[in-house]
Amino acid sequence: MHGILLVEIGAIILSLGLLAALASRFSISPIPFYLIAGLAFGTGGVLKFDESESFIVAGAEIGVILLLFTLGLEYTAAELVGTLRSAAPAGLLDLVLNSAPGVAVALILGWGPVAAVAMGGVTYVTSSGITAKVMGDLGWLGNRETPVVLSLLVFEDLTMAVYLPILTALLAGAGLLAGSITLAIAAATITVVLLVALKFGHVVERFVASDSEEVLLLKVLGLTVLVAGVAAELKVSAAVGAFLVGIALSGPLAHTAREMLTPLRDLFAAVFFVLFGLQTDPGSLIPVLGIAVLLAFTGLITKAATGWIAAYRAGLGISARWRAGAALLPRGEFNIVIAGLAVTAGVNERMRPLAAAYVLIVAVVGPIAARGAEPLAKWITARSKPSLVKS
Amino acid sequence: MDIERVNLPGIGMQHSVTTSRGRRLGVVSHHTGRRDLVVYDKDDPDSTVVNVALTPDEANVVAELLGTARIVERLAELNRQVEGLVTQQIAIPAGSPYDGRTLGDTQTRTRTGASIVAVVRDREVFASPRPDFRFVAGDVIVAVGTADGTNAVASILTDG
Repeated sequence: MHGILLVEIGAIILSLGLLAALASRFSISPIPFYLIAGLAFGTGGVLKFDESESFIVAGAEIGVILLLFTLGLEYTAAELVGTLRSAAPAGLLDLVLNSAPGVAVALILGWGPVAAVAMGGVTYVTSSGITAKVMGDLGWLGNRETPVVLSLLVFEDLTMAVYLPILTALLAGAGLLAGSITLAIAAATITVVLLVALKFGHVVERFVASDSEEVLLLKVLGLTVLVAGVAAELKVSAAVGAFLVGIALSGPLAHTAREMLTPLRDLFAAVFFVLFGLQTDPGSLIPVLGIAVLLAFTGLITKAATGWIAAYRAGLGISARWRAGAALLPRGEFNIVIAGLAVTAGVNERMRPLAAAYVLIVAVVGPIAARGAEPLAKWITARSKPSLVKS
Repeated sequence: MDIERVNLPGIGMQHSVTTSRGRRLGVVSHHTGRRDLVVYDKDDPDSTVVNVALTPDEANVVAELLGTARIVERLAELNRQVEGLVTQQIAIPAGSPYDGRTLGDTQTRTRTGASIVAVVRDREVFASPRPDFRFVAGDVIVAVGTADGTNAVASILTDG
């Protein structure tokens, strides 16, 4: 009995390790591979896992919490507030252009307004993790479009802090009154956390700080999961609670916390993606494949346009505009998180295969397109300015 | 020479300069301590053509080869990181009791808690002077500590 449980968990984690190795060999995100693994193991797939189900479900929940926590850690409260004003016009354009396709598809398919809000989130958010990795790998960090791209990512981060509580309230089927109370609680919590992080960040840091890495790890993990749980009880969503704890920590402590929690996050996030794949019936992918391809294609164009326009507004040249567009393409973890929240709450079951297929396409095509952006931009520049071409 | 400084949220900082001959150079400072030395395209000032990743130690070596200005940046960074920490430049006046005596003799760190991190003599910077470093009137020392501590260093160097 117990042996089988361990065999199942071991087999899952080992195969994820092999897939991650494969992904890093081609230097693309492992997320699509995890999803495919889940599809292969799960409902209607080739293999069956029964014993380890409760471990996977709990692990996936912790995975979501850690994903959001490390997202919050990525930027300090000062960076979030500081970027808000300068990035607002481009950030709003990003929001409108990229959530529109998702909203439109959900409405056309007749899934209703709540599903439309969720699908908007699925098509909107760029994966800051994949984008930062792509820019680092391609040596783009010194380029002048990099601050433009990063400030858009920070803006998306802030939008998530507002969006997730709204989505949770809508998904809970809250009426106007209950919904606005939830929103008010969420807005108040976010304001308080930002204030605490800006003014009293050192108090929080003194509480968790320790010379022992073990103590720090347990304190930070415990605090995050606890706050996430309390947030879930308050109907603000566990994900938002974890995100806010991440924002409240900053400075050297945030750096250490990120270093220690990243391996844990990688493990449990992988479990989350597998669970999402497991719960998706591979057979259900086929009917939505056409829509997913269309949505992915539109998503690539709207993101590229967002980056192009943001770089143009910042007064950058043609090559920088193409690179900014390409860097923003990848979607990944949070699109799946949003779809997961929505489907768990009982929104149209077809959103699961659609989101999975969408992320599978965009997470693979995005980084590959980014590699092609620079040669493409050079070619266009050369064509448009024939005088500069050496003959 | 103008230094252009841009924040890279989540990554660190980007500094860039344009030389008098028109080439653009830059440094990407990561939170992790990694430094990327970048050179921009001659024809396209937005794009980098050379990208060298340096570990903190390598970056220090390159900085020392290029000059000693990095010590100043490091002090400014310390100031930003630790609230309440100040750097003060203190000249050793003629007639100071420590004119001709060593840094170890002053025992400033034990007596004030402040550290002497550099000495400027004739526009040359001696970074991290050792205890046997001998002061001469006219030297300017750079002390780091609390405001009280660095003031105490000043009075020790002036009056003993």
